[in-house]
Amino acid sequence: MTDTARSAGAAEPIPFMQRILDNPFILLFLGVSIPAVLYLMWGVMEVASIPVAQ
Amino acid sequence: MAVTPPTNRVWWNEPVEKMELVWVVIAFLWGLVMFATMIVWHIVGQQNLSTETYRIKPEAYVAKVEAMAEKFKVREEGSTGIPVVKPSAGSDVYLLGRLWDWWPILELEKGQSYRLHLSSADWQHGFSLQPVNLNIQVHPGYDHIITLTPTETGAFGIVCNEFCGIGHHQMTGKIYVVERR
Amino acid sequence: MSASANAEFRTCPETGLKVHLPAEKLIKVNAVTAVIFLAVGGLFGLLVALTRWPAVHLLPADLFYLALTAHGANVLLFWIIFFEMAVLYFASALLLNSRLATPAWGWVGYWLMLVGAVLANIAVLQGDSTVMFTSYVPMKAAPHFYLGLIVFAVGALIGVFVFFATLVVAKDENTYEGSVPLVTFGAITAAVIAVFTIVSGAIILIPTFLWSIGLIGYIDPLVYKVVWWGMGHSSQQINVSAHVAVWYAIAALVLGAKPLSEKVSRVAFLFYILFLQLASAHHLLAEPGMSEGWKVFNTSYAMYLAVLGSMIHGLTVPGSIEAAQREKGYTHGAFEWLRKAPWGNPAFAGMFLSLVMFGFLGGISGVVMGTEQLNLLMHNTLYVPGHFHGTVVAGTTLAFMAVTYLLVPLIFRRGLVLNKMAQWQPYLFAIGVTGISLFMMGAGTLGVARRHWDMTFSDAVVSVSYPAGAFLMMGLNGVFAVLATLGGIFYIVVVVASILYGPKLGDKAAPKPAPAAAPRPAAIASYGSAGTLKLPGTAILVTVFFVAFVLYYYVNWKYLAALWPMR
Repeated sequence: MTDTARSAGAAEPIPFMQRILDNPFILLFLGVSIPAVLYLMWGVMEVASIPVAQ
Repeated sequence: MAVTPPTNRVWWNEPVEKMELVWVVIAFLWGLVMFATMIVWHIVGQQNLSTETYRIKPEAYVAKVEAMAEKFKVREEGSTGIPVVKPSAGSDVYLLGRLWDWWPILELEKGQSYRLHLSSADWQHGFSLQPVNLNIQVHPGYDHIITLTPTETGAFGIVCNEFCGIGHHQMTGKIYVVERR
Repeated sequence: MSASANAEFRTCPETGLKVHLPAEKLIKVNAVTAVIFLAVGGLFGLLVALTRWPAVHLLPADLFYLALTAHGANVLLFWIIFFEMAVLYFASALLLNSRLATPAWGWVGYWLMLVGAVLANIAVLQGDSTVMFTSYVPMKAAPHFYLGLIVFAVGALIGVFVFFATLVVAKDENTYEGSVPLVTFGAITAAVIAVFTIVSGAIILIPTFLWSIGLIGYIDPLVYKVVWWGMGHSSQQINVSAHVAVWYAIAALVLGAKPLSEKVSRVAFLFYILFLQLASAHHLLAEPGMSEGWKVFNTSYAMYLAVLGSMIHGLTVPGSIEAAQREKGYTHGAFEWLRKAPWGNPAFAGMFLSLVMFGFLGGISGVVMGTEQLNLLMHNTLYVPGHFHGTVVAGTTLAFMAVTYLLVPLIFRRGLVLNKMAQWQPYLFAIGVTGISLFMMGAGTLGVARRHWDMTFSDAVVSVSYPAGAFLMMGLNGVFAVLATLGGIFYIVVVVASILYGPKLGDKAAPKPAPAAAPRPAAIASYGSAGTLKLPGTAILVTVFFVAFVLYYYVNWKYLAALWPMR
């Protein structure tokens, strides 16, 4: 809201991707959750699924 | 400038210079090529690290190593008292990393495949076969099995390349590779 | 409220920025502390290199391993993270014309970091925590070693949150128009990765601490390694993001360079945020039990998208410099812009050397070593430190040194002294680091183990020998480490002398050519567009880089194919 209100002449809406890049907290969420799932959780599951020797 | 906010409020819609676009595309494609290279090597390449691994108590692993050493011992290495062990081709070969040596010394035949087991009795170690320069991490509690085929004869040194305390630099071992009989 | 708040600001005579004095003080303190840890850690590094120089072999084994542990912790963690705190506060409060959200918490974070760093150093110097930077279990350090690292990480996390809070304050108080500057965006990238880094560190170091005091019986070595590298590798990705931001900042402040395209540069940083941290898997490629799928996906940063990010910066940073120089009239041939760049300005020289060396030394070797199968040739050999001295020392440390030459006048309000020394410093340091990096990689290619006191194996029962070339490499490594140390000493002498005895600038601008703050009329109006922008020099540079990259990559596959078959 404030973004569009600030520059009166610019009625052009802010594109979706720019909104994402302008929001540090979305970036924080993505930047923590993606490696947490793909690297950490997947990695620990790999170790957990190693079978016990006969 | 990079230290001031973008001049245009909606910078996302600015056109991108052609040279930048070309570079982005080249770099992206190169990434795909490198990604595909790893996958292709799994299919056609001869050097892929096995993932076959089992959990094992270090004591149990040590027992397996000792049993093999007793069964296949052919001689001792000089005056060191370290057994030289020659397991039959295609069989399971156990190598133990411990503070501070690789035990026992192995004798393998060129061109034969062996199921080489790697594990540690205590801390982490680094199996580093020289001068072949093959390097694999060794963990206590995990039995890692690699099917290895020596392609040259000679005496090959094993170095420890994971820091394992004050005797780390004394931790060595050996693999002899002899002609097939 | 607002009146008392205004009293806490001064206006920078060079940039016109409002400078929040409490933020400025935190920047100063963090930067100075960082330099102290650089000096300590650098000294340990020299001792390490002199011991690995076969003809010198300075330290006995126990002290060598102790010095190596201290070297890693002090330069890889403490120097860099303290300096990054300064960068974060600079990129938030100062560049956004804002007040720092909460200086009090900034100080809490600082003191925790300092206490933690000192505690960990005490543990190492006492001699019972010689476990290397990585402290792989089941090797055990003294409890206060882990505690020191945990306290340090908590302090750093607080600093990162002060940074995020400052972004909120600046937006709420409308201290800037539109989007944040690109440099601030790079700092956001670093801060996001820092949060993941510190969370990973907490997940693994807290149980390890409890294990060290006997409250937990067992830590799985493989799980430890997976999670620890979520911290250990990602912390180096903070550096990459921060030093790329610093490159853009120096190009802007020294030459008035504009990003070629805000969109492309920011998307490159977005690739870092999303994918860079996956490369923690680089450290687990030679491990038992990890599946090919996990390794291939993670080690390639999800199909090399973070490498794409770096390659983009590798074009846009020199490209923006070329554009700025051409605009000034250096249009002759492909490289007049580069020949006539301010090579006598240590900020620019350090920045450009950092850019080139990070790409050619650290970048290419990192991708090669991080290729799943190729890693078998290099895992835990000296190739590894060879690579990361190309990233963290040639890339990050040199970039941070370079930006210090701007911070001294801008933040400390002192002119530089010992100008000749300052001019030579980046070159001396860069030559030293290039040698360190190349010769360690060379020795690693010949199989020499890292973290190893005796490459002659004179005390080993079973003898092993490395080729003679490896000994030559390690001797040369020692020689270049001495050069790099000299470069480091030059840096510290210049910075300390300038802060203490440099001419006070007061509210005047520095005598250096002032950065162009006002937009020039002939600026590339809507940058990156309209086809007005021809950057042949940069095109040649990136082509050379690309060819070197591809060739070196496949040369290593050729080496791998000669290895004993294994499956």
